[in-house]
Amino acid sequence: MSNIEPRKQHESAIGHVTGKATYTDDQRQPVGMLSLYPVLSPHAKARILNRDLTAAQAIPGVVTILLPEDIPGENDTGPIAHDEPLLPTDTVNYWGQPVAWVVGETEAAARQGAERVFVEYEPLDAVLSIPQAIAMESFHNSPQVCRRSDPDTALKTAPHVLEGEVEMNGQDHFYLETQTSWVVPDLEGNYLVYASTQHPTETQHIVARVLGVPSNRVVVTCLRMGGGFGGKESQANPMAAAAAIAAAKTGRPVRVRLRRHHDMMITGKRHGYLGRYRVGFDAEGKLLALDLALYSDGGWSLDLSPPVLLRAMLHADNAYYIPHMEVRGQIAKTNRVSNTAFRGFGGPQGMIVIEDIVDRVARSLNLPPEVVRERNFYHGEGETNTTHYGQELVDNRLMRVWQSVQAQAQFVDRKAAIAEFNQANPYKKRGIAVTPVKFGISFNKKTYNQAGALILIYTDGSIQLNHGGTEMGQGLHTKMLQVAAKALGVSLERFRMMPTSTDKVPNSSATAASSGADLNGQAVKDACETLKQRLAPVATKLLALDTPEEMVFADNWVYCRTYPSARVAFDEVVQAAYNDRVSLSATGFYRTPNIYWDPETYKGRPFYYFAYGAAVSEVEIDGFTGTFKLRQVDIVHDVGESLNPLVDKGQIEGGFVQGMGWLTMEELVWDAQGRLRTHAPSTYKIPTVSEIPDKFSVTLLERAAQDGTIYGSKAVGEPPFMLAMSVREAMRAAIAAFGDNPTYVPLALPATPEATLRAIDGLSAATSLEAAQPASSGVL
Amino acid sequence: MPSDSRKSLGTSRRRFLGQALTAAGTAIVAPKVLDPNSAAEAQQPLVNRHLPIQGETPVTLMINGQSHTVTIEPRVTLLDVLRERLNLTGTKKGCDHGQCGACTVLVNGDRIYSCLALAIMQEGRSITTIEGLTTGEQLHPVQAAFIENDGFQCGYCTPGQICASIALLNEVKRGGASAVTADLTHPPESLTLSEAEIKERLSGNLCRCSAYNGIVAAVQQVLGQTPPSPAATILVQEMTG
Repeated sequence: MSNIEPRKQHESAIGHVTGKATYTDDQRQPVGMLSLYPVLSPHAKARILNRDLTAAQAIPGVVTILLPEDIPGENDTGPIAHDEPLLPTDTVNYWGQPVAWVVGETEAAARQGAERVFVEYEPLDAVLSIPQAIAMESFHNSPQVCRRSDPDTALKTAPHVLEGEVEMNGQDHFYLETQTSWVVPDLEGNYLVYASTQHPTETQHIVARVLGVPSNRVVVTCLRMGGGFGGKESQANPMAAAAAIAAAKTGRPVRVRLRRHHDMMITGKRHGYLGRYRVGFDAEGKLLALDLALYSDGGWSLDLSPPVLLRAMLHADNAYYIPHMEVRGQIAKTNRVSNTAFRGFGGPQGMIVIEDIVDRVARSLNLPPEVVRERNFYHGEGETNTTHYGQELVDNRLMRVWQSVQAQAQFVDRKAAIAEFNQANPYKKRGIAVTPVKFGISFNKKTYNQAGALILIYTDGSIQLNHGGTEMGQGLHTKMLQVAAKALGVSLERFRMMPTSTDKVPNSSATAASSGADLNGQAVKDACETLKQRLAPVATKLLALDTPEEMVFADNWVYCRTYPSARVAFDEVVQAAYNDRVSLSATGFYRTPNIYWDPETYKGRPFYYFAYGAAVSEVEIDGFTGTFKLRQVDIVHDVGESLNPLVDKGQIEGGFVQGMGWLTMEELVWDAQGRLRTHAPSTYKIPTVSEIPDKFSVTLLERAAQDGTIYGSKAVGEPPFMLAMSVREAMRAAIAAFGDNPTYVPLALPATPEATLRAIDGLSAATSLEAAQPASSGVL
Repeated sequence: MPSDSRKSLGTSRRRFLGQALTAAGTAIVAPKVLDPNSAAEAQQPLVNRHLPIQGETPVTLMINGQSHTVTIEPRVTLLDVLRERLNLTGTKKGCDHGQCGACTVLVNGDRIYSCLALAIMQEGRSITTIEGLTTGEQLHPVQAAFIENDGFQCGYCTPGQICASIALLNEVKRGGASAVTADLTHPPESLTLSEAEIKERLSGNLCRCSAYNGIVAAVQQVLGQTPPSPAATILVQEMTG
């Protein structure tokens, strides 16, 4: 980016490498701070019969124990529905649900106390899976329907029809910094909350709700987060709320900092999904009709499940034009953690289903999957370039990223080389695949597409920058500094980036939906424009220009565009403005234009634009162990005109690897009693440095400036996550090579070595079945 | 107040206030988030809130070249002493079970997970944390390389990654082999240490943001395998300058 300040490194770079970057729990502790420790339910569902606190209260250092009756306001932390008690009164609804919080002088005392809180339960029958919820009709909502044309008729007339299921796992966020909140009360009934939260405003609302006080009594500040990924959007709130209740009860500062296994047991995760489909297609592999039922595992409370489901439904097309399509969506109510936002927000769950289908369609016709993918791309204008919910892909870049990445990866040559390798190696097989991503950018809920900023210029020319977004490692603060420096025409060194706080920028939206830079960047720019409008006349006067002319702010100088040789320093203008009694602080605001959504018809233009990307992955699978090695990854991704290429490449690499983790190794294992058996890094495997391919090439799409966005840039947080679908498809290609040109390669998610071995073993069985009864065509 | 902090009690108003309010048992104090750059404050916690427990014992630790005496129960980990007693919060708690690497520090130049190490066992050893790597304003070469190669996103695993990387360099210099070393009689040397070796030797440190490519590149740079880019060098000088 030529016209943005050439700052490449992260704004907290020095802080991060010296250990001085301060996270919530790294602050100097206020005097008398207490610690919280939870008492967790040992049942997935049970009635609470009795609570005995006597032994716990006898522990030295136990100050008090929080029960529902200690909540002065509403006993609820639900972000959408009020169905989520902070502390259950009569029934526990998942294994690991906090039933009480022990408040101790130290964490050790609170922990000892928690071990001696005795709760008597009567276990009840629990709903522990999506199929069980479907069978028992245990749902959070009624079926949602998004329909295009007439899929029923089209399925009847389609030359080929297949039906099947795709079931997928959830995913633990595994942010390295667990959920943390500090609450500091004052003598006047106000609460200062330091929380590791992606949504300070919602944390403020929930804390105020449980305390029964107006929002103006609660200030929530987020310094920075040690990772968020969606897991600190709504999930930060119950912990902050519990600490607030303890602060209200004791009058002392309180901190809660979840232990890792508690964090994994208590908090919601990515939704597991079940997709059941019927797809109709022709002999060339063109998709004609799709009927898809999506069921998500919402867990015990609603949380953010409806918008996650909506995004899954709106991304079940990925990049493909399907003329007749119906997607139904429903949220299963189960006795598990309340599943929540996670990078992609339903998009990955919807997209993996259609990618599974397209690969199956291709293999059933003995066509190369990449050929069938390309044949079905949105293209042209009007109908064939319009999604099932009625939004046209203005500026469709699918073919650009698709062709660029295949050229970069030398896809054709490598595919031929892999075929040779597979011929020569009976026990190791390689596979290569290319998959596209189209991801809609904007919050589905129109209201959330707004942002605010506050800029304070001091008389020495130094500046404080506030905006409503939070920093979790995605580089938002770095980008906002770049935007402000460019817009004001001053150097970055003048700025201090302030922690995100609800008393600086109120009513902010969650830093989510990849929208942080888009929304807050425009708000920051707006504030800068306001300030420049006030400073320009002051500069005009200092330069003794007769009439107000177009003033330029650049390189810490202010001058007239038509007469640049006479200029005045920014500092001088600021001081003169103060002397002239001109305000040196301004707010900025932005709301995304031209978006709308009709929830009745499931039609509209919910997304301001689409982000595009494509990835080529090559894997090698060991036929004896089922393990795979990711040999090479090539990515071309569209970030518009990048605000910061270093940050954007980091997001693309990180999103891809996290997606690969979800699809291939991160297995959440729940036992028959509804207990999560994988609640530590020892049993829940996220990608390590060893899983990173030696050849990992990321290219930003060139000449990609986007109209109507902040300096032509595009959102980057979530879309790259789904580039990892290429890894799974490459694995299916490698598995197929163990068989004799199989017409279908089912592969369970996540594709662990066990799942891969089962898939290889399943090939022979499936092949013999196909031979006996051709199932690749015919009406079902 | 425990003995170790008693002798450090001065007459500062803040400390007086702390004692008074603690004694009253109803302390309500706005938080004072101190400047972490203030060395004096960093070394002396305002208050040690832990309760006197039978069996506590004074332990003297040499951390970043300075001697610290804390009175602790013998089962307290080094990580908890660093974070909770000495305000050395650069070392992070990720899992507290020796599985994520965020708490990695150097003891006599070797890396350990400070969450799995009892503080009392570290007496007489030289402990280096992330705070002890800078010499004045001068970053350690590994710290500089992490910036130059964008070896972090959220930064939470970074102190552990940097300490692990420094230990890795020492181990290679000493001729230490790893699980992927092909020939144990010919351990790899710095200039020829393969990417697979680097990855194996850093596989005990998780990074959920997956800044792994930058981390590996940083190590390669410090090993002398790749030169730092001139632009990156300038950036670091400007930032520290």
